[in-house]
Amino acid sequence: MEDFGYIVDTLFALFAMTLIVFMVPGFAMLEAGLVRTKNVTSVLTVNTMIYAVASMMFLLVGYELAFGSWENSGMSIYAAFLFQMAFVGKTVNIMSGGVSERVRILPIALFTVLMGGLIYPLVVNVSWGADLLAGTMLDLHMYDLAGSTVIHSTGGWALLAAIMIMGPRKGRYKDGKIHVIPASNIPLVVLGALLLWIGWFGFNGGSVGSIASKENADTVALTIMNTNTAGLSGALIAGIFMYLRYRKFDITMILNGALGGLVAITAGPDLYSIHTPILIGAIGGALVVFAVPLFDKLKLDDPVGALSVHLVNGIWGTLAVGIFAAEPEAGITFLGQLKGVAVVAVFVFTVSYAAIYIINKFLPFRAGDDEQVEGLDVTECGLEAYPEFKRAF
Amino acid sequence: MKKVEAIIKPFRLEEVKDALAQIGITGMTVSEVKGYGRQKGHSELYRGAEYVVDFLPKIKVELVVDDEQLEQVLDTITEAARTGKIGDGKIFVSGIEKVIRIRTGETGSEAI
Repeated sequence: MEDFGYIVDTLFALFAMTLIVFMVPGFAMLEAGLVRTKNVTSVLTVNTMIYAVASMMFLLVGYELAFGSWENSGMSIYAAFLFQMAFVGKTVNIMSGGVSERVRILPIALFTVLMGGLIYPLVVNVSWGADLLAGTMLDLHMYDLAGSTVIHSTGGWALLAAIMIMGPRKGRYKDGKIHVIPASNIPLVVLGALLLWIGWFGFNGGSVGSIASKENADTVALTIMNTNTAGLSGALIAGIFMYLRYRKFDITMILNGALGGLVAITAGPDLYSIHTPILIGAIGGALVVFAVPLFDKLKLDDPVGALSVHLVNGIWGTLAVGIFAAEPEAGITFLGQLKGVAVVAVFVFTVSYAAIYIINKFLPFRAGDDEQVEGLDVTECGLEAYPEFKRAF
Repeated sequence: MKKVEAIIKPFRLEEVKDALAQIGITGMTVSEVKGYGRQKGHSELYRGAEYVVDFLPKIKVELVVDDEQLEQVLDTITEAARTGKIGDGKIFVSGIEKVIRIRTGETGSEAI
């Protein structure tokens, strides 16, 4: 019976990993629905390729860089590895939506080699892993259970760097005006967002690390409950705010609001009482409603709202732990959270910007104007998502 | 023989089709089209930004009729497609030089 905990926790990690991997089709469907039909194959190819590249890099070098060794006493090391590997794909999938409809596949795959093999593992190293900053001035005392900062804002900062270097889609901002490019398939957007929502239960629940005792089982259940609550209130607030401000219920924004709430809760879903996540998720959803038009004003073209969902709420969620769950005796303080946000921001943004800038010199990230007009499905993949003759206007 | 092209609101198609069947019209071709007239389109909202939809979805009904049936067909379509609101559409009439039924090779009025 002494193996019981080991077996249960291994099973738990494998189950959580499976849920997290459901977020890969989640991102893919969300993005496929939000782009124009001429770019659907391309966005799906990017999603699949970078998921494979990042996970493979994590297997080859990333895991060891992050955790120092392949050892785990609490569960099968293979399950521990798979659980961690499931996260790296999320970091890069966050990027793929924000750069869609103009990014070329080869340069972003190349950047993903760095992201999966170096940038993300180093962020994990200093937060959850071996901690090469231990004892230095920069040593992080940030509480980030499932990665509001480690995953969401990490992906967000890299995305911001990519968007700044690539520029907007052709025709998106004309004569200082915003040219709206509507989504092509709302049912896919809904499917994708709800798959992400379900995946989040593994993302946050699994991050508790163990379920094989009564206390841990309670913590896992509370974590998943709080995660869900924040998604609900994010969706509700986004819907209410959109209606108050524009008199319209825009489902793409309501879902972004839900995802914003889910990102915001991710840093500390195990720390809050059952009602606090209502407020944290609501602020997350509200931030999305205000951030989406703001990024548009700044001409940072983000077709899916990934900056608003993952970057803005990654920061908010990490700070929220410092506001709502500060426990100085346990080392959780607002300043500690802020420092974690800042250190990761400076590191990820600087390294990503430099890497993308250099790759961009040899392999331009942005497809040419003519290629964008024709659609990346044809120019990048040679395969249109919807080749038949219908609704071809 | 004349060709009648009617641009109508999509949700009036059933009424127009039924009314035409009532007066003995045996066939027509319809297609989904988009367009605008004097009033232009309308504005919509996406993710907090307004945009103008110039081209509104319409249905184009095409049919070829004998000259003596033309007025009755035009009246029928006008009546069945009318809602009284803007964007009810237009009907265009033009001459037809020749009609051939592909299966039998019949021409002229027999082929309609």
